[in-house]
Amino acid sequence: MQKRSIELTVGAFVVIGILALVLMALRVSGLSMSDAGDTYTIKARFENLGGLNERAKVSMAGVTIGRVTRVYLDKEWYSAVVEMEITKDMSTLTSDTSAAILTAGLLGEKYIGLTVGAEDDYLQENDWIEDTQSALVLEELIGRFLFSKAEEG
Amino acid sequence: MLERLQLLGRKGLSSIEALGSASLLLWHSLSWGGPGSANFSDLIRQLFAVGVRSLSIIAVAGFFVGMVLGLQGYTILVDFGSEAALGTMVSLTLLRELGPVVTALLFAGRAGSALTAEIGLMKATEQLSAMEMMGVDPLKRVITPRLWAGIISMPLLAVIFSTVGIWGGAFVAIDMLGIDEGAYWGNMQASVEFYNDVIKGVIKSIAFGWVVTWIAVYQGYASMPTSEGIGKATTQTVVISSLAVLGLDFVLTAVMFGGV
Repeated sequence: MQKRSIELTVGAFVVIGILALVLMALRVSGLSMSDAGDTYTIKARFENLGGLNERAKVSMAGVTIGRVTRVYLDKEWYSAVVEMEITKDMSTLTSDTSAAILTAGLLGEKYIGLTVGAEDDYLQENDWIEDTQSALVLEELIGRFLFSKAEEG
Repeated sequence: MLERLQLLGRKGLSSIEALGSASLLLWHSLSWGGPGSANFSDLIRQLFAVGVRSLSIIAVAGFFVGMVLGLQGYTILVDFGSEAALGTMVSLTLLRELGPVVTALLFAGRAGSALTAEIGLMKATEQLSAMEMMGVDPLKRVITPRLWAGIISMPLLAVIFSTVGIWGGAFVAIDMLGIDEGAYWGNMQASVEFYNDVIKGVIKSIAFGWVVTWIAVYQGYASMPTSEGIGKATTQTVVISSLAVLGLDFVLTAVMFGGV
């Protein structure tokens, strides 16, 4: 009897520990099991990424529809290329969709915001987004402001 | 002058000797001793003594640490107007550092000292020699299940500590300070990564569990078989394993989170 209750509590202890780990995975780190296969990749070229990282969100109207998978520098054009995967549910992005690098909050993380256009055909796997808008870099903004002030006075 | 030098040499030699015999103890108790040597019901009993009995102190400590992190983090973050990042701060602090480290320190005080005292008393009452007389290897019979119990239960306890702590922080943040629930959990999910934060914390806690239990059983096994010797060994266990945990934490953090 004594032995049985010890074994039961040890079993419960192990189960609680593993449950806590699963809870961590799902609730705290937001790990999702089903993200393989049901996405497609599109690319975009930017003048300046301003701190956009891999794994950053890609969103439309504030709803996350994909993630940035790769960021690299195009050696021919000296501009940044971003590859992002979009869920297959959003396969109806028009070919004149525009992409902008935005900031969540004043000091928050960078993400890509997409806005659809009016064309009839849709973006396919490995297509390029033509209309892009770079990240706002605070130093450039201040520099431009000071320059215009100096011209005025 | 020469005597001082000799004393230093003697201390150095004896600590190297202790390290060597502790390694031999570890090797003998963890090496496979042939079929029939693994005693599963012994392991269960030790898991109960080491893990289950530490559960209440770990859970209560985790809840309070999480609540304090919530309050303290709020007073700092509110100055920058970014109190929505509180969930991120609480969860990353707990998962990467405080969860494994505080659990290991409590574990050394709660379970490590008990292990040392138990094994030391077994030695003082000559139970270990009696086992050897009967042809039972005391290392396999006494040390092995305790070592495995420590290595298995530490990561479980640390994960439970972090989980309870994050919910304690959520309680303070959402119910007391009025932070938006969606911001607390959403920002946390956006910045916590399963492998980089959760799994690396678990790796840390496995290493700490191994070190604390190893020191505890060695101190018990090598203690002077007197009441004074057992008391001294128990103190040594808590002191050495706490220092070892903090030192090892720096090394592991530098290796895993060092950004190289």
